[in-house]
Amino acid sequence: MQKEQRFIQIVSKFIGVVGQYLPDDVLSKLSELKEKETGKMARVIYDCMFDNLEKADRLARPICQDTGVLQFFLRVGTRFPLIDSLEELLIAASADSTEKTPLRHNAVEPFDEKNTGTNIGTKAPWIEYELVPNSSTLEMDVYMAGGGCSLPGRAQVFMPSAGYEGIVEYVANTVSTLGVNACPPLVVGVGIGTCVSSAAKLSKKAAMRRLGTSNPHPLAADMERELEKALNSIGIGPQGLSGDNSVLGVNIEYAARHPSTLAAGISVGCWAHRRGTIRIDEDINYTLLSHKEREL
Amino acid sequence: MKRVLTTPIKTEDIIDLRVGDIVYLDGILVTCRDTGHKRRVLSGIVPNTPLEGGAVFHAGPIVKKNGDKWDMISIGPTTSMRMEKFEKEFIELTGAKLIIGKGGMGAKTVSACVEQKAVHAIFPGGCAVVAAAQVEEIVDAEWLDLGMPEAFWVMRVKEFGPLIISIDTEGNNLLEHNKAEFAIKKEKAVEELSQKVKYMKY
Repeated sequence: MQKEQRFIQIVSKFIGVVGQYLPDDVLSKLSELKEKETGKMARVIYDCMFDNLEKADRLARPICQDTGVLQFFLRVGTRFPLIDSLEELLIAASADSTEKTPLRHNAVEPFDEKNTGTNIGTKAPWIEYELVPNSSTLEMDVYMAGGGCSLPGRAQVFMPSAGYEGIVEYVANTVSTLGVNACPPLVVGVGIGTCVSSAAKLSKKAAMRRLGTSNPHPLAADMERELEKALNSIGIGPQGLSGDNSVLGVNIEYAARHPSTLAAGISVGCWAHRRGTIRIDEDINYTLLSHKEREL
Repeated sequence: MKRVLTTPIKTEDIIDLRVGDIVYLDGILVTCRDTGHKRRVLSGIVPNTPLEGGAVFHAGPIVKKNGDKWDMISIGPTTSMRMEKFEKEFIELTGAKLIIGKGGMGAKTVSACVEQKAVHAIFPGGCAVVAAAQVEEIVDAEWLDLGMPEAFWVMRVKEFGPLIISIDTEGNNLLEHNKAEFAIKKEKAVEELSQKVKYMKY
């Protein structure tokens, strides 16, 4: 089979896997929160979640009906053989998976206000690239976020006098109000930078990072841990119905900022944080980095 | 023992339900979300399926065509708050008794629940295969011009739930109550956390 066809098949099937199974890190954290939970209502919800995961596995269905607007975050080697046709291949894989998995039709064209019915539209699927020099391998995150957990996302540029105190308050305000409807326990990605676009982009990158990992900067890692503890102390619980915890984790990513600005972005993921990471080498052989027990 | 409501739902079936109670549903359940609410309330276009005593699910499913029928693949609740703008009028116009979604709804919906004797309930979000397995059949599909998520899907369901009552006929609002508590805890958490993140140098 041609490399192109193989690539399309691999990505199409991987999209199906991401929709049907939680990644290893999210599943393990969700299990931990379920075991620790003492609230009666919260336990009913956790039981329903795990019943749902079991049924999704057994019936080969997407965990959640909202399979999102497909998003791809690529770290592509400059020598990856399909680098020139990645966009068309990812579009083809998305269209294929929409039919075969199947996925919900989620691409609505602005102004025409018409659902395209294919999940393909203007800049949909959404694709972001990072180039990796001297590499012939592609590593890629596939993400499907429902509308519910996309709604709380926001970014704001503060004056530096607001300090990190301003950022943690902004995050806590967002999670304690808007997060309630976003299917908690949540994955919270925080981006710090110069402007709304860099902060927002970094917040998404943070939400794509594995749970249980820390930012390499000791203070950023400290803020991740402290924010997680603080948000958990609010006790939002699964579905906002109260419980012992609020979040699956908090990740922070940053870029050096302008001396006059302190921008913060927030990206939120739901409990069904369907993020998958795949590595594809120059011969178009794949490794599933996020779903170790799955095959395509 | 499971408490099961059956459509058409009468006022006396739900008048004693209180927030936090868990019920299940037998009978006909229809989906209606952003555009469907807008269409019903603003355009006056009325679906063929009667909603008097009906149950409405804020949901946009994944369905698959199977001959001249539709199969339900995956259906979970969507964020109910998006329908807040139109829900009061929707309940008044249709006589729907049970609104199902996720997250809370606001003051307008609460007033409709009190005046029209209706309730809002939460189905656990993201549990779309649990819900799909409780759908016996898709019996009709209306408003398909709105696309798969927004169409008006008519389903027969069996013991559909758990449905956690979040707004009752007395006007209690579980999520608003919770959010008020979260706000108090959040203030304390931010105050303590602010002392720990003084990383700025001066």
